[in-house]
Amino acid sequence: MNKISSPKLRKVLVLGSGALKIGEAGEFDYSGSQAIKTLKEEGIKTIVVNPNIATYQTSRGLADRVYFLPINAHFVSRIIKHEKPDGILLSFGGQTALNCGIDLHNQGFLGENKKPRILGTPMSAIEKTEDRALFIQTLKKLNLLTPKSLVAETPKSAIIAAKKIGYPVIIRSAFALGGEGSACAANAKELENYAALALLRHRQILVEEDLTGWKEIEYEVVRDSADNCIAVCNMENMDPMGVHTGESIVVAPSQTLTNGEYHGLRSIAIKLIRNLEIVGECNIQFALRASTQNHLDYRIIEVNARLSRSSALASKATGYPLARVAAKLAIGWNLPELQNSITKKTTAFFEPALDYVVVKMPRWDTDKFKSADRGIGTQMKSVGEVMAIGRSFEEAFQKASRMLGLDQTGIIASVERLTQKYPHLAESLGIINSKRAPEALIELIKRPNEHRVLAITEALKRNVAPKKIAEWSLIDPWFINKIKNITDFMKTLKDSQYLNPLLIYEAKRKGFSDKQIALLTNSSEDEIYRYRRRHGIVMRINHIDTLAAEYPAQTNYLYSTYEKKQKNKIKPDKKIMILGSGVYRIGSSVEFDWCAVTCGETLRRIGYKTIMINHNPETVSTDYDMADTLYFEELSFETVRDIYKEERPQAVVLSMGGQTPNNIALKCESAGMRILGTAPSDIDRAEDRYKFSKLLNKLAIDQPAWKELTKISAAKKFALMVGYPVLVRPSYVLSGAAMNIAFNDEDLSEYLKEATYLSPEHPVIITKFIVGAKEIEVDAVAKKGEVLIDILSEHVENAGVHSGDATIICPPQKLYVETVRRIRAMTRVIGKALSITGPFNIQLLAKDNDIKVIECNLRASRSFPFVSKVTGNNLVEMATYALIEHNRGIAKMKKCERNTFELPYVGVKAPQFSFSRLKGADPILRVEMASTGEVGALDKTLEAAYLKSILATGFHLPKKGVLLSLGGETNKQKFLESARALSERGFTIYATHHTTEFLSYSGVIATRLYKLHEAPKEPNIATYMFKKEIDLAIVINDFDYKKPVKTGSFEVDDDYALRRTAADLNVPILTNLQTARLFVKAVCMYQNLDLLDITPWDQYLQVNR
Amino acid sequence: MRTQSLILEDKTILTGESFGAQTDASGEVVFNTGMVGYPETFTDPSYHGQILVLTYPLIGNYGVETNSKLKTKDLFSHSFESEKIQIAGLIVREYCKEYSHPQAKQSLENWLKSEGVPAIEGVDTRALTEKLREKGTMLGRITNDKLTKYTFKDPNKQNLVAEVSCKEPIVYEPNTVKIEKQKNTILLYDCGVKLNIIRCLIKRGCRVIRVPWNFELTNYEKIRINGIVISNGPGDPAKCDKTIEQIKNQLAISNPSFLIPILGICLGNQLLALACGAKTYKLKYGHRSQNQPVIDELRNRAYITTQNHGYAVNEKTVPKGWRVWFRNLNDGTVEGLWHQHYPWMSVQFHPEAAPGPTDTEWVFDEWISMINSNE
Repeated sequence: MNKISSPKLRKVLVLGSGALKIGEAGEFDYSGSQAIKTLKEEGIKTIVVNPNIATYQTSRGLADRVYFLPINAHFVSRIIKHEKPDGILLSFGGQTALNCGIDLHNQGFLGENKKPRILGTPMSAIEKTEDRALFIQTLKKLNLLTPKSLVAETPKSAIIAAKKIGYPVIIRSAFALGGEGSACAANAKELENYAALALLRHRQILVEEDLTGWKEIEYEVVRDSADNCIAVCNMENMDPMGVHTGESIVVAPSQTLTNGEYHGLRSIAIKLIRNLEIVGECNIQFALRASTQNHLDYRIIEVNARLSRSSALASKATGYPLARVAAKLAIGWNLPELQNSITKKTTAFFEPALDYVVVKMPRWDTDKFKSADRGIGTQMKSVGEVMAIGRSFEEAFQKASRMLGLDQTGIIASVERLTQKYPHLAESLGIINSKRAPEALIELIKRPNEHRVLAITEALKRNVAPKKIAEWSLIDPWFINKIKNITDFMKTLKDSQYLNPLLIYEAKRKGFSDKQIALLTNSSEDEIYRYRRRHGIVMRINHIDTLAAEYPAQTNYLYSTYEKKQKNKIKPDKKIMILGSGVYRIGSSVEFDWCAVTCGETLRRIGYKTIMINHNPETVSTDYDMADTLYFEELSFETVRDIYKEERPQAVVLSMGGQTPNNIALKCESAGMRILGTAPSDIDRAEDRYKFSKLLNKLAIDQPAWKELTKISAAKKFALMVGYPVLVRPSYVLSGAAMNIAFNDEDLSEYLKEATYLSPEHPVIITKFIVGAKEIEVDAVAKKGEVLIDILSEHVENAGVHSGDATIICPPQKLYVETVRRIRAMTRVIGKALSITGPFNIQLLAKDNDIKVIECNLRASRSFPFVSKVTGNNLVEMATYALIEHNRGIAKMKKCERNTFELPYVGVKAPQFSFSRLKGADPILRVEMASTGEVGALDKTLEAAYLKSILATGFHLPKKGVLLSLGGETNKQKFLESARALSERGFTIYATHHTTEFLSYSGVIATRLYKLHEAPKEPNIATYMFKKEIDLAIVINDFDYKKPVKTGSFEVDDDYALRRTAADLNVPILTNLQTARLFVKAVCMYQNLDLLDITPWDQYLQVNR
Repeated sequence: MRTQSLILEDKTILTGESFGAQTDASGEVVFNTGMVGYPETFTDPSYHGQILVLTYPLIGNYGVETNSKLKTKDLFSHSFESEKIQIAGLIVREYCKEYSHPQAKQSLENWLKSEGVPAIEGVDTRALTEKLREKGTMLGRITNDKLTKYTFKDPNKQNLVAEVSCKEPIVYEPNTVKIEKQKNTILLYDCGVKLNIIRCLIKRGCRVIRVPWNFELTNYEKIRINGIVISNGPGDPAKCDKTIEQIKNQLAISNPSFLIPILGICLGNQLLALACGAKTYKLKYGHRSQNQPVIDELRNRAYITTQNHGYAVNEKTVPKGWRVWFRNLNDGTVEGLWHQHYPWMSVQFHPEAAPGPTDTEWVFDEWISMINSNE
């Protein structure tokens, strides 16, 4: 092979993407990991910068050096000076890495003839795609079309502009915040009105072509430095223009495009990538209006000159390792020189042919956010996605809707799920046989929202014509008709008198699960399962081979479907099956992927063949080379059992993928599967509230008082008995958050009112809430009840903040020695009592040395990667050895075990919130988790480690003014020293009325600002935030007087408005007393960031022996 | 719903639902892995006599763009590759009844029925493709009957080219009035030509004279011909003796001022090879897809191409003076030839695409610029 000659690369810096956030999630762990693996293969030393401590790319044995540091010009430039790399990769860490690269370039750290050299796509191309004006100019030169857009400064000029563009037009203010002030005008009269209104507030408006409803099509294109180009994949968004592609259901390949359209757009994509001179991968988004003529009516919406969420999806959908190939091209290889990694026979210069249909569905977690809007549009809000593969659209679509992990009934129970979310629909949807769709349902179809698919399903069930639905939703009728095939078949199943093999076979081919068939035929899942197996209706296992069977595949990248004859040739082997984590959602994300992948790697190292099941395209576990066999499949009991039957592995691991696999443990066991680790009956003893409580009592371990109740009166009685505050957790809620803290009878009644269905089937659990308690976590591994290793960490925030949102310190810095000793003893007792084998996690409360156990999870926890990486003891590796009773492995690890309690440094994990993305969501820490990701950092002091980690979540250090709003006497007292410190450091202190009074009284000078609702009274907080006079807001509520904010309520909560304004204006905000104090202390210690050191991870580990 | 079966020579019987004509059909069973462009594919005369298996599971999604009888000379009112469906039969995993596209005038089902072509859905096309890949292309029969004895007709033993070639010469004038330079007149040997080849030529200002496969060039001596295109077509190239003979005559001309530039496409590549003395052989299961990678050995540049052929040129038999122009990156087979001294060249893939990627349309430009420099 003759790679084009270029200066020798010895060392390359790879930028990651940091914490998982909305719009930038696990897909960049996949792309960065593939890049690092590729560079390693070439003998190039790799350095990765990524504060996301739970990622696979920051695992030991992958990159030569790992920096858990913020990805910004400050830190990365210092790393460059220190490491002197020859090259830098900017396109594998999402927008974060790309932005950092642009900053580094602008600050003169990168450039022509400079070290490091930018590998792959040059800066000139990045600029052309990132700078909108330059982008439009470039496309114009190439005679390629972009959406028409003109600037207007008067209503008259707006009308002239609209005439040129053609109605309808969108009016946008040129400097709008978060989509504010955009409107659609259908004619000159409407336009005149809107324009006049908008021009009152803005000097300029943009009159733009309205592309709403056009098809949205994406191409993933690859180019090498010799100008060879391929279009690896095209994808069609089911939700047309107007809905962000991250919010849309996406299919691959496109379904409704003709040859002319498909290849016409492909040619444009290739022309564009050539002219932009991209080296590597890029994503091109088109809007397309299907026309009656042989004429391509398209607009180019945007180009992403980097690996993206779509490229991760395309990579998994086709089997083409885009990130790997992009990395190879970046270091000088050309496409024809590379091999197809799947066939190992053909070239990487080809375009995959699919013989299946791929459906991607987004997952939203709006329920977790108070006040958040459910509508979807041009802003991304979803927190995760699933990808399903089938031989028919119906099959893939149904698989995907179940994979979301929201409801195993998929779209079957549309009416139940809709009325649960929208109680106002209950009445109108009650009339089952109504031929007409209720107005409210039509509204749900017309306005894109997270439940639109359910609304469409429901309308189809009511015999609304697909054509009508297509008109309302602007979704191509093709898709609506496909969904109709599903609803029609539901009816066929419902109407069938007897089961017959042909019916079941057809149902399976349309993607119905056994459970769904059972629901529709008044049968049971098990009955359907046994019936179909008796009739030989068994899953057919297909390869994803990139060439539609033209060449045999050498890798086992698989999915299942149903065909007439089943002929799965599967060799018996020493195999172990591992279940992945499924969709990323709030509370379960990349950390469990790390656990599953690490477990698989450990097993492979000691000679097992591994089988991975997962369906999340954003993961490393679904990479074609991470397991010996990969099933891109559902993690349902049915699918897991079916795969188990076909593969016949020795056993299955359920404890590494978080709660999703754990949930099916009992069922899997009773189906005769061998489950590694703690017995499912013992898992049940830990998960069943009653059983666990009984166990703790027996073990004489304290726990907060709790009770499961079904009546409001009983709940009040219990609360009175244990004393307020209490934690309320209804098992069934309509909207808003599931958990709340009630401080009095009034609160309790209010929360219970939300749970209207309080009944024996829907009880509420009330737990005594301990104010001011510390929260402690134990992550541990045991074998046959004997604890092999345990690592403790403490929360910065007092109890009341969800452990997923808490700032976590490992090892604990402020615990009594006695507390530590007693917690470790409890860990041992619980480990023994539950005969634990494998990973587990215990959460505890400590107040004045009084320790209570809150819960115990007999699986790997969210903090496993963090504590493993901080201490240098890989808990998952140890747990894997324990699971398979590999004593040699355990002994080896015990021999070189690192200290877990007295480290010469400290690790801090900080949560990443995505509030700015979620219009209306209240950015406050609560008992319900709201963070979308996390970062971790190490340093010698707690303050330094904390500062690094919070900076890594996008926080900026305050430079000018700090706003203080401290509710209640206690908060004011406790924050006084911090306020004084800030003042002494020269920060201008702004405060609300009472806070100002208190501070002045205590000798701290503060400027009083009026609250938002007091506007237009000046000086007002809003004005100061707008003017950027305030660059940090510390808004702490008085715990006892916290009023919940209700959606659509007229009651204006000024604190909420303040927090939300800060989020909208990108002003860093702290709402917790403990973190605020820590932050102030850290800022005062390290006002100059150069004081923070940039020690790599391995150097920390060296000193921990 | 009626069932129909596909019976293969190895006695495999695959049954599914019929969605085309209720007739029997016999032919060579081949698979194509393209994901779009079924109307273009079905009308490609190179498929004449073949039962086509499409590996993409959903077919019929965007209907069919026309429902009127097409005229031979009509090129631009549609994007078909010939006036009618050429395949003998169709096998798919799922036929999509509810099509959706503003251009669609009828369903695929209607079209197949009106043209008398049988089609089966509900077949495990992936398993069938794997079989064809492993055992090689097979003969097959689509039938309604449940008989046990069958005869298979091997289309490669017939002269398929004679069946699809035009019977009389047809002249196509360039569709643009803006051509400043003198028009090139191209003689096109129709061995089953895809209409997009003609579209590509007239788009470049050429006047095209489409002639039957056995057309004797001497008859046209008086007409000034600037170039000869030998088209694609079905079946075994060796059956095309008359065309080969005509090409041989051309290759025998040694006077440079009488040399006519030649471009062979697909079957045309094989015919040119046979005419110059090289040999062809049958591939195990052929190349039929829109994602075939080829490398231009002259410039070391790679392209994605559309291909549809069951035979290939044996590289070892290529005589002196001829060079391999393109090569398949997957299996190394010859994908094009050029002559070191004379203006003769050929490609095994389809530069006119349709269906498939349009990356190699420049082959026409290159050939035409060679004609212009040949003047």
